[in-house]
Amino acid sequence: MDLGEFTGKIKEEFEEDYNMEDLNPDTHIKDMVWWSSMHMLVVIALIDSEYDVILTTDEIKKATTLRSLFEIVKAKK
Amino acid sequence: MAQLNIDNWKITGIAAAVPATVTENSEYKHLSPIERKLLIKTTGIERKHIANKNTTTSDLCEVAANQLLDKLEWDRDEIDILVFVSQSPDYYLPATAIILQNKLGLKSSCMAFDVGLGCSGYVYGLSIVAGLINSGNLRKALLLVGDVSSTTVSENDKSTYPLFGDAGTATAIERAEGHGGSFNLKSDGAGFETIIIRDGGIRNKVKPSSFDVKEISPGINRRDLDLELDGLEVFNFSITKVPKLIKETLEETKSTSEEYDYFVMHQANLLMNETIRRKLKFSKEQTPYSLKNYGNTSSASIPLTICSQLNTEMEQKKNKMLLCGFGVGLSWATLSIDCSPMVCLPVITV
Repeated sequence: MDLGEFTGKIKEEFEEDYNMEDLNPDTHIKDMVWWSSMHMLVVIALIDSEYDVILTTDEIKKATTLRSLFEIVKAKK
Repeated sequence: MAQLNIDNWKITGIAAAVPATVTENSEYKHLSPIERKLLIKTTGIERKHIANKNTTTSDLCEVAANQLLDKLEWDRDEIDILVFVSQSPDYYLPATAIILQNKLGLKSSCMAFDVGLGCSGYVYGLSIVAGLINSGNLRKALLLVGDVSSTTVSENDKSTYPLFGDAGTATAIERAEGHGGSFNLKSDGAGFETIIIRDGGIRNKVKPSSFDVKEISPGINRRDLDLELDGLEVFNFSITKVPKLIKETLEETKSTSEEYDYFVMHQANLLMNETIRRKLKFSKEQTPYSLKNYGNTSSASIPLTICSQLNTEMEQKKNKMLLCGFGVGLSWATLSIDCSPMVCLPVITV
């Protein structure tokens, strides 16, 4: 798995309703105006179905960027 | 625990009642239009039925029970057991089941008691009634299950208000040689704060500060008398523990997902439930949903889904069913059962 593909899959989930130019691997996701816990649930479900990895709530809370989320997922595969 | 196999009982009929008033999530004023769209997409909940202030869970269950008993032509004096499963009883005390025993005109030798469970409550309730029936002397039972959860959520809490609808259901169970079902029941009290109403019990009695509205975060405003739900914890619990339990159930009953006609889950939210379905390789055809029109109806969600989505199928043929309730407690449970054709009423609107 690579970071570009990982970020791309997440962007696909939200590009219909939000401007994805602001979302890149090092964006602080919780600082984005539109980001909410519901978006995180969508990402968790995506990671589970695409990578067969389940994140703990601690891991989710620690992930501040898509890059840090990617690193956590990669380590668990 | 391992599988709990209970023999000599069957479900003879199911009915569900919902209040007439409907609220639409597309009109929920505390979310922007884009947020409402994402909410509906992730939860699958477009609308829910909401009780008015004079309608309790027991009222809805009473309507369902009366219509079911009339259709079954059961003599009310034949009913030996009444169990009421709810987290919204009529009173702190006495037990609501006893009030219903009187309202439904059941004999005084009918045992009647409450069970204080939510999302797992239907399966737990069936296990209790099945166990009593299997004991030998008791022939017929009513399991009344539901909640008016809408009365316990804050309208200004976007994490809970759009999710919960109200319903009351009645299931008729009777002794039947050669029938039965296989249960697996779990609990984890370490997760008790995952879904909780903090004040109003003995631990935190109602006090003036119970009524103070707290802003937890933007769009999440509630009192300690209102339902609190940790979405991330619930999600993680549901997509890990529930599939594990179902795999255990399939292994213990030596069955596969393909063998079941229907897999009816507690209706929590579409994203969560679809994650579970896909993990366990149940098809969409096997997995009915009532989320769209009724929301999360707590312990009523399994029987309500059966009545709203499968009532013809349940009446016309045998069905091999896997039922799974999971949530508040934390508590989760499965039932693997071969159902004979039964009375299954279309959803009643009160």
